[in-house]
Amino acid sequence: MPISKKIKKVLVIGSGPIVIGQAAEFDYSGTQACKALREEGIEVVLVNSNPATIMTDGETADRVYIEPITLDFMKQIIRREKPDGILASLGGQTGLNMAVQLSEDGILDELGIELLGTSLQSIKKAEDRELFKLTMQEIGERVPHSTIVRDLDSAVAFAREVGFPIIIRPAYTLGGTGGGIAHDMDEFLYICGKGLKSSMIHQVLLEQSVAGWKEIEYEVMRDGADNCIVICSMENFDPVGVHTGDSIVVAPSQTLTAEESRMLRAASIRIIRALGIKGGCNIQFALNPENSEYVVIEVNPRVSRSSALASKATGYPIARVTAKIAVGLNLDEIVNSVTKNTSACFEPAIDYVVTKFPRWPFDKFVTADRSLGTQMKATGEVMAIGRTFEESLLKAIDSLDVKFNYQLGLSLYDNMTKEELVPYLQKPHDQRIFAICKALQKGMEVGEIVKITKIDEFFIRKLENIVRLAGEIRQSGIAWLDYDLYSRAKKIGFGDSYIANLANVPLEKITALRKKFPINPVYKLVDTCAAEHEAKTPYYYSTYEEKDDVIVSDREKVLVLGSGPIRIGQGIEFDYCSVHSVKTLRESGYEAIIINNNPETVSTDFDTSDKLYFEPLTVECVLDVINKEKPLGVIVQFGGQTAINLAGPLYKAGVNILGTSVEDIDVAEDRDRFMNLLRKLDIPFPRGGTAFSAEEAKRVAQQIGYPVLVRPSYVLGGRAMEIVFGDEMLEEYMKMAVEISSNHPVLIDKYINGIEAEVDGICDGNDVLIPGIMEHVERAGVHSGDSIAVYPPNRLSEKAKQAIVDYTIKLGKALHIKGLFNIQFLIDRDDRVYVIEVNPRASRTVPIMSKITGIPMVNVATKIILGKTLRELGYTCGLAKESVLTAVKAPVFSFSKLTTVDTFLGPEMKSTGEVMGVGKNYKSALYKALLASGIGIPTGGNVLISVADKDKNECVNIAERLLKMGFEIMATEDTCDYLAKSGIRATKLKFEDLMECIRNDRISLIINTPSHGKVPERMGFTLRRTSIEYNIPCITSLDTVNAMLDAMEYVSQGGKCEIYSLDEYSDRLTEGKL
Amino acid sequence: MQQKAYLVLENGRIFEGFSFGAAGEAIGEIVFTTGMTGYLETLTDKSYYGQIIVQTFPLIGNYGVIPDDFESRTVSARGYIVRYWCEEPSNFRSRGTIDSFLKEQNIVGLYGIDTRELTKILRVQGTMNGMITTDPRKADLEKIRAYRITEAVESVSVREISVLNPGGKYSVALFDYGYKENIARELIKRDCRVTLVPCDTTAEKIKELAPDGIMLSNGPGDPAQNTKIINNLKEILNLNIPVFGICLGHQMLALSHGFRTEKMKFGHRGANQPVKDLVTGKTYITSQNHGYAVRMDTIYREIADVWFVNINDNTCEGIRYLHRPVFSVQFHPEGCGGPQDTGYLFDAFVEEVKKHAS
Repeated sequence: MPISKKIKKVLVIGSGPIVIGQAAEFDYSGTQACKALREEGIEVVLVNSNPATIMTDGETADRVYIEPITLDFMKQIIRREKPDGILASLGGQTGLNMAVQLSEDGILDELGIELLGTSLQSIKKAEDRELFKLTMQEIGERVPHSTIVRDLDSAVAFAREVGFPIIIRPAYTLGGTGGGIAHDMDEFLYICGKGLKSSMIHQVLLEQSVAGWKEIEYEVMRDGADNCIVICSMENFDPVGVHTGDSIVVAPSQTLTAEESRMLRAASIRIIRALGIKGGCNIQFALNPENSEYVVIEVNPRVSRSSALASKATGYPIARVTAKIAVGLNLDEIVNSVTKNTSACFEPAIDYVVTKFPRWPFDKFVTADRSLGTQMKATGEVMAIGRTFEESLLKAIDSLDVKFNYQLGLSLYDNMTKEELVPYLQKPHDQRIFAICKALQKGMEVGEIVKITKIDEFFIRKLENIVRLAGEIRQSGIAWLDYDLYSRAKKIGFGDSYIANLANVPLEKITALRKKFPINPVYKLVDTCAAEHEAKTPYYYSTYEEKDDVIVSDREKVLVLGSGPIRIGQGIEFDYCSVHSVKTLRESGYEAIIINNNPETVSTDFDTSDKLYFEPLTVECVLDVINKEKPLGVIVQFGGQTAINLAGPLYKAGVNILGTSVEDIDVAEDRDRFMNLLRKLDIPFPRGGTAFSAEEAKRVAQQIGYPVLVRPSYVLGGRAMEIVFGDEMLEEYMKMAVEISSNHPVLIDKYINGIEAEVDGICDGNDVLIPGIMEHVERAGVHSGDSIAVYPPNRLSEKAKQAIVDYTIKLGKALHIKGLFNIQFLIDRDDRVYVIEVNPRASRTVPIMSKITGIPMVNVATKIILGKTLRELGYTCGLAKESVLTAVKAPVFSFSKLTTVDTFLGPEMKSTGEVMGVGKNYKSALYKALLASGIGIPTGGNVLISVADKDKNECVNIAERLLKMGFEIMATEDTCDYLAKSGIRATKLKFEDLMECIRNDRISLIINTPSHGKVPERMGFTLRRTSIEYNIPCITSLDTVNAMLDAMEYVSQGGKCEIYSLDEYSDRLTEGKL
Repeated sequence: MQQKAYLVLENGRIFEGFSFGAAGEAIGEIVFTTGMTGYLETLTDKSYYGQIIVQTFPLIGNYGVIPDDFESRTVSARGYIVRYWCEEPSNFRSRGTIDSFLKEQNIVGLYGIDTRELTKILRVQGTMNGMITTDPRKADLEKIRAYRITEAVESVSVREISVLNPGGKYSVALFDYGYKENIARELIKRDCRVTLVPCDTTAEKIKELAPDGIMLSNGPGDPAQNTKIINNLKEILNLNIPVFGICLGHQMLALSHGFRTEKMKFGHRGANQPVKDLVTGKTYITSQNHGYAVRMDTIYREIADVWFVNINDNTCEGIRYLHRPVFSVQFHPEGCGGPQDTGYLFDAFVEEVKKHAS
């Protein structure tokens, strides 16, 4: 059927901020969908609260709204835009849930708006456990023995009937929030309680466990004419029991026989038909390895993380095709955009193996529970392609950018015996694969490992191959490392530095050997069809084979390094920057090449760049691509710290680094050199020093005076940064920090209490453009990534702003910055401005500042990198005119997924994503940002206050404001007494009663500031964790509380929060100028 | 130590790899298949008679050898080329490795070559002959070029009539041009008594057997070479028994109606070929293995309708004959290995058989 004539304007719902379980994959799918719809001549309106996305760019849709994805705001937008249809199945669970809410609200019927793609009824059939089970029964598909409960009593009854283990899954949540596997009644009651609370419809599914079976996923598509195709099968390395987002996943499935594949494929098609899904969907099966019996575990009636992976794994653009199907096209009417001359109605055939490896945040959350279960914990993932499983697995591990575990480098568990390793094999955790390799190395039998782990023998044998070859190289040493052995090592996926480690020689020796042989990778094409048809997409992976598929053009080329997997401190914003740099390069007539390994992103979409190399971001892999393509140079400033860290080694290897020079990058990043520069420029900075030992640290701290801010050097997003108040605390910190980085010193700075601000500048070496200054709401001590930030600044004096501008210009010139740089400032109570640090690269705030100021920062920076000046580009220098609208950035956290992580905010970054609110004044923007962040703005009820002594006085005013708005105050003993002295009436609660109140949902907001020390046993920790588990907002900074109260008061006093589309930001700018 | 082995193409190009399976040499027509699973079904498919199979998927043999899944008891191909084969397969039904199976079947194997590059050569230059050998100096390019697959159908067909599922309700004669066992299984599943007959069975014999339906199987080689079989078929068609042809069977039917076939550049081999039903407008994913196709421009529209087309290259994928209960498809509705989304065609055929029976 051709496109429905009725549909001229479509509203696409995005997925909001990045949280665990919902990452960049929806920026990728949403962006692709917008493109697909506009190709058909449809006007696209897009809503997403996450500004760090390509989908919220003016070029992606006809109108973009960066507004909260709440019923209220969605309705405002719908009434204003009057779309003909809504497309929600590309916005993750957020989009889907919003579609359900909008349909139930009646506004769609009222305005005659069609829900495009999968119908509401189909969504419910797939998402509502009872309906789903019924539907499966109707078509004869088995599901595990299960029941739906709404209360604990019925849950207990079920548990008594089927016995443990039992899997608990709440309905309508993402990433399995609030779920888990219970092995006994205590565990069961705890998880059920949590699950009931976090489910949108207060339902949990209890399910007999099929843990240990193979977990297989199918990506299926169906169109309006009932044509069905399977895009890809994927097999989880870990058997059922580990959330698929936390599993190592291989595509295509490796251990299934043709008969089993046919059986599950046929079942997938029966299921997608029975559910009536239109577009892409993901089906998960459990397959009994002993008899091929299978059950259906779950269906996602939408584009998902897995479908992004399947798209990148096969080259088949699932989101694009889903969008086309939603507006009425059928599969056979859509062209395969990879081959350009075959139909989209086919099933990709691939001739390589793909491995996805999750990226967990445990390097940042050292106290987090590292065990893996039904609740997803990974923040991101990497994908790698090879011609064997071993090669793709090792490349994936390389891509993780986790230095201490290079490939299967295996210093981990080195000192354990076989027996001691057993517990590390039994229960799934993030390092289990390394424990397995260690066990193999220590001679444990494959059969025994299979018995303990339930991982298929096929995979364990592959690990054995890796371990065996590593052993061979270790034995041979450099002396016997001949062509044959080296070539086998490269074919299996060993990096040169790993080989050097094994042979116990410096890397240079291996590099020399490789040149001598010579052995170099070739690049093969990802083409959806295993070379059966000629493909036009320039999407490549390296492998050690005979022939290359790459044709190197004679155009001038520039290579952009991406940022790898999404992790805390390095999120989607760097993908945004990389994509814009690539776009600008193409616009400027260069061939733009990108290297990245994150399957969720827009940067790894096949039509973003002129050439995409899906490779680990290691020195070796990047150099190999450079040797192949011979680009003019490499741009490293948009790929976050991952790319910046490669600059030095690449430069040493003779690569031309474009933009700010490696020498200047080093001045900015090397503390001593940087301090010297600040001194020379007469720019104030907090006093500090460096230390390698606890003794040294104490000496420095005493010299500058406590409190001090301590952190290891060369950090990412403030890893292991802490404010330390005395000797004892410092000693404790040093114990932990030294483990974290043994070659780098610990940095110690004077902690200055004040306002933080930051600036993203663009410099051409001579002139500096400052699009704007952002001011942080929380006082110094909270990581900039975790604080609420405001543009234009709210509290800064003209004098302070002037100082910030002066320092920025001075530093930009002195560091000969070519492109973007970011400076963090501190303004003390005497209005004195200090520089805390300079990042000689794009920062987290670049997308927000670009959007609110209308200055395309990455575009300008890239053109400067290519040789243009700011003046040539039409920009005047200094601080740009302030926008009339205010933008507020609010952080978003994923604490509910990470048990045992303390939620209080400090210098160590903890947020996974962010949202933006835009308003005509600070308070309306703030309200929108807080609302969009999902922090949970309370509307009434009890507020619990329990704060450290130093914060008690500040709480008096807070309590008064709350009382005025009609809240009741509850407080813990000391806090209550203090408030009483100031005439505040509050209910005094003992700790136990307090917990009871939380469990009974009697508290709508908790204000808690931690007393010093990070011992998790403390009551404050329990309070904060429990609040997260029961989904009650808990705020740990009084500045955040005051901001929230500002917003609440504004709204309760009738303040308006109007909606703005992106194009109106600049209209307002013009208005301001008049 | 691994034994080095080589593939010598008729254009002189040499690939170096290692030997597996049986030792020795093999000359054949090289064809590639893109199916990612189903290597057992591929190996035991008689349609590969005289050919050297290249698997584009690099990891072969992961689930070992499972005789229950075979399409015939022997391997008819002349050689087998893979990137990697699995020494330690993992499946509860596995009865050994692909290497030992090839040895047992006396089939020469080659692994460790750049199979993607080889596939690209075949795609660009078309199907060609080649030789697997451990000594490329011995390879005689003239001899390789001269190689032709002849008398393919006769070589793989049964010689005697036999009955499968004697208790079945509906009687179907299955012409063995090199049949895949799953065709018989699909018929048996639908309560058919299947009489397996040799490829050259005459009309008189069929009359004597008096089946209610005739199934023409898949098979190897150039369809036009089978003049005797085609002439027989013309007579058999006059018996007015419902006929269903698959793959070679489809081509034979076309030839017996005076249509023509042609050799394709590199054919369709894999489990992901999309075909469109021109009657319903629906599209299906099919399993295919053929190097020849019925020429669209030779189909007399007075006597036959094109029923299915391949939506990638618009080649003929199925024909429905207008004045007879006869139809045929180029693809494999019985799947194996691959999708069985078009299994309904067997239902349609058995419906015709039932009608004829009553």
